[in-house]
Amino acid sequence: MAQIFRWSGQAIIYAAMGLWLGYFANQPVYVHLPPDQGLIKLSVVHGAQRKGACRKRTPEELAAMNPNMRTPYDCPRERLPVRIEILLDGEVLYDRSVAATGLAHGGSTRAYERFAVASGQHELVARMVDSARTEGFDFEHAATIDLAPGENFVIDFRAEAGGFLFEDGADSIETPG
Amino acid sequence: MMYVKRILRLMFAWLESGLDRIFTPACNPLYHLGALGFLYYWVVAATGIYLFIFFDTGITEAYDSIESITYEQWYLGGVMRSLHRYASDGMIAMMMIHILREFSLDRYRGARWFTWFTGLPILWMVYAAGISGYWMVWDMLAQYIAIATTEWLDWLPIVGGTIARNFLNPDRLDDRFFTLMVFMHIFVPLFLLFVLWIHLQRVTKPTINPPRLLAGGTLLMLFVLSVLKPAESQAPANLDLVPSRIGLDWFYLPAYPLMDVLGNGAVWGLAALGTFLIAALPWLPPLRRATARAATVDLGNCNGCTRCAADCPYAAIMMGARTDGRPFDRQAVVASELCVGCGICVGSCPTAMPFRRASDLVPGIDLPDLPVRGLRDRIHAAAQELSGDSRIMVFACPHGYVASTPRQPHVAVLTIPCVGMLPPAFLDYVLSRRLADGVMLSGCSEGECHNRYGIRWTIERLARTRDPMLRERVPRERIEVIWAPAVEGWTYRRRMADFALRLGRLANAKTGEHLSDVTK
Repeated sequence: MAQIFRWSGQAIIYAAMGLWLGYFANQPVYVHLPPDQGLIKLSVVHGAQRKGACRKRTPEELAAMNPNMRTPYDCPRERLPVRIEILLDGEVLYDRSVAATGLAHGGSTRAYERFAVASGQHELVARMVDSARTEGFDFEHAATIDLAPGENFVIDFRAEAGGFLFEDGADSIETPG
Repeated sequence: MMYVKRILRLMFAWLESGLDRIFTPACNPLYHLGALGFLYYWVVAATGIYLFIFFDTGITEAYDSIESITYEQWYLGGVMRSLHRYASDGMIAMMMIHILREFSLDRYRGARWFTWFTGLPILWMVYAAGISGYWMVWDMLAQYIAIATTEWLDWLPIVGGTIARNFLNPDRLDDRFFTLMVFMHIFVPLFLLFVLWIHLQRVTKPTINPPRLLAGGTLLMLFVLSVLKPAESQAPANLDLVPSRIGLDWFYLPAYPLMDVLGNGAVWGLAALGTFLIAALPWLPPLRRATARAATVDLGNCNGCTRCAADCPYAAIMMGARTDGRPFDRQAVVASELCVGCGICVGSCPTAMPFRRASDLVPGIDLPDLPVRGLRDRIHAAAQELSGDSRIMVFACPHGYVASTPRQPHVAVLTIPCVGMLPPAFLDYVLSRRLADGVMLSGCSEGECHNRYGIRWTIERLARTRDPMLRERVPRERIEVIWAPAVEGWTYRRRMADFALRLGRLANAKTGEHLSDVTK
């Protein structure tokens, strides 16, 4: 009798352990993004203009330098912060001034943000100031987008390609602006 | 913190007691959590080697190869994959229960800090190995984990904030990503084995294999689970889409929803705080009462017999070269930083002989806080307070039930750090000097002694299979051993009553014999 109790008890404990492992190995389901929403992802890596203007070195200064260090211009290391603004249907979705990376702020500016947005048609505007200007923008791109549910829509930035790139998750349309 | 610990301890004590009945103390899974963790590790390793043979590294090839393993050879590859996943989850489960249990038992302070502390990298590495494994499938779950992990890493200023850009769209992903993942998924578990070895460095005779019955049951459970609910991939990864509804493995991935809810910075903060707290716990308040002082060696009485070194559960005693010129090869040397003061070494010392008269009772190794000479004095004092026909002297471990029993006139309870501390000669001493009619040894839990080997060595010494042995002349019917955890009061009371009855019958029988002799 005791043996039957033992074996039954062990079977129950093993079954409970199996249920525990089997259930929590992929349940309960986690809803990362509601089914009626898409995602707009902003990802920017861009080196802004330098904070000060470059100065031409004098011949005396160049002569005092080691031969391998004689660059004609003395440029300040620090770069300006980059201001990025994203508008969705006229509403400000993101407006931030991002400092350049590095201890001396001499590196590139990096911005990465995700926005869960209701699917459907939207007016999307991306703007950037990477200079010392106080009015207007150095880069701007606007488009009407049709965000599908569960779509990953990317706002990328490549200065060499002309600025902002809107990459539609459905067919990766790229429109430089 | 103290209340949390007490509640946990009580909870574990009840569970242990229940599982003792179902599995027997020898196979109670709660006493073999570390060994079960190892068993799961070996299952993961063996099945992982098989899966790796068929795994292709490539953006589409990875998913396709795993689908092929899962469905085209479901009878072997599919089962292997499921075993791989469920054993990995089992490893986390065992690890978490192991941590909670050791915490509840206060087994992380003093000499035990090293084992506790080296468990921390194991925790991180098991998670790193498991999470990298999920990336390799490259389904929607993998995509979600990859993006969330890289965004989490990008949060650190030192990382640079550009890793997540690799997952912006399908064009940016490279096959080399899978090569990196394969490397991580193999290297981390291999290195984990090395850290596990370090983790056990200060544990004497560590149990790394569970009893066969328990191992068999666990493997059978894993197999049945793998057949009934095979592990499957989710939809293939597509970086143009966002994973919406995700079947998460909550053993490995509970932090990911937190990243969505609290943000990456907060999860970094929680991870750092958790790591710091676990690492610093051995030195954080509330500190328990002052740690027992380490055992000391008296060279005048130590003949280098090595019994204490062999019996110490914490590798705190080594045999060193003789320093006093006496004609013995070696002498016991105590590493005080490893000694927890359990006294098991004293119980193993053949010079801990209470009958000694010619010289002071100073054994070769002794506890400064509870010397055997003091113990002998306590025995005499306790014996004077005993009354009745069934006088019982109990030597009790503080972690068992008996330590908290109310006083009874025929029972004297002497608490010692561990039952393994009592040299068998003391039982002989109590009974031959008629200081009590019976002796009861009361320890904690039969399946797992608080000091690892106290109960086992005691049983072997009484059974005369381990030195120092109980002398043959000692009447075994006057000795009772009971291993009762703190929650098993009923077991203790029943066994104590039975023992008192037995002693009473022995007394009556003796009186009868005596009367019969007189009549003759």
